[in-house]
Amino acid sequence: MSHDHDDHDHRHGDAGPPLSDPQLRVKALESLLTDKGLVDPVALDRLIDTYETKVGPRNGARVVARAWVDPAYRQRLLADASAAVAEFGYGGREGEHLVVLENTPKIHNLVVCTLCSCYPWPVLGLPPVWYKAAPYRSRAVIDPRGVLSEFGLEIADDVEVRVWDSTAEQRYLVLPERPAGTERMTEEELAALVTRDSMIGVGKVGAPNPRPQP
Amino acid sequence: MNGVHDMGGMHGMGPIEAERDEPVFHAEWERRTLAIFFASGFLGKWNSDIRRQAFEQMPPAEYLATSYYEHWLWGLEKLLVDNGLLTREEIAARLAGRPVSLAQPPVGLRPLEASGVVNFVQTRKGVRMDDAVPARFKAGDRVLVRNTNPVGHTRLPRYARGRCGVIDRDHGVFVFPDAMAAEKRREPQHCYSVRFHARELWGPGASARDAIYIDLFEPYLEPA
Repeated sequence: MSHDHDDHDHRHGDAGPPLSDPQLRVKALESLLTDKGLVDPVALDRLIDTYETKVGPRNGARVVARAWVDPAYRQRLLADASAAVAEFGYGGREGEHLVVLENTPKIHNLVVCTLCSCYPWPVLGLPPVWYKAAPYRSRAVIDPRGVLSEFGLEIADDVEVRVWDSTAEQRYLVLPERPAGTERMTEEELAALVTRDSMIGVGKVGAPNPRPQP
Repeated sequence: MNGVHDMGGMHGMGPIEAERDEPVFHAEWERRTLAIFFASGFLGKWNSDIRRQAFEQMPPAEYLATSYYEHWLWGLEKLLVDNGLLTREEIAARLAGRPVSLAQPPVGLRPLEASGVVNFVQTRKGVRMDDAVPARFKAGDRVLVRNTNPVGHTRLPRYARGRCGVIDRDHGVFVFPDAMAAEKRREPQHCYSVRFHARELWGPGASARDAIYIDLFEPYLEPA
């Protein structure tokens, strides 16, 4: 977007701050807050690094792979997901009250936040743009099968689709089904198969490509 | 409030545009917005419910025409001004490249330091409460969602109001967002996952098999 900047705040009354080029606006806010000693730019850099490189869907993929190979871990994960992911050192903001939803041949779970963008950060990182945007938020609850179809996922009529609207402090992670043909794979190899979309519920974990014979 | 943010069930928003190999951020200003947001939040002048309420004040036409981080930026600026950390004049002057004398922020605020970031990210928000509040409902109970239209902040989506569901599970006792946003009061309330048949919410055109689970606080519910 490109709104021309103007100083005529009064025109906007109590509706809130006027829009301007976000880049300039963010710079202005940061420089003012820094001058007042309210933010430390080095801390800002470290926050960015944390959310850009330290958390992400690879965390969730490790959790899923562990649940596939270790039945006792799967039980702990389904009983108290926040405690179970803490075994990997994952936790903190937006993961305080984590709930894991297990897909089965008869149940397919799908996660949305119709009100904003609630998402399990410690295991999936920051949400993708589509998750936070109007098309997904509006339609996931009224037409989940249509939404899944847009992601290339056709759900059979005899499978129940369960949509979870994250309207409070619970954050949901889907435990996708383990694909056939992966019986001999290691936990690490399995984790590499698990996609972010499968842990939101808009995808399934595909069977691995046949490995070349040694 | 019955705002544009409450999107469940709306039509006409267009196709879902999923980007392949999407980066975490699409521009440097998005990175800075997120970080300034957290660092300002660390000052303790607001919490997630106050924050959500601030975001929901964005005029609907602007909300629909702008991106997610533009919503954050709008809400951030409002929170900074509302809480006396910055003034509109300061922001306008800095944007215009004019010198401005800076107003003193509230005393006693301690900024987030680089060494405190790991701890900050790991910190739990503390919205679960230990109060021994008796639960009005248990799993399996049939409930009716109250038809209510508060002008303040609520986590009760419009599409659930007046509908019947079944308690799936009791998540425990949490800070009630409506009271927190309105009065900064930590009111302990049970939060339940409530299961609704798709047809109860959307009528006979919806799947007979599917269900929607919504996390709802006890004051939103009554026995059905």
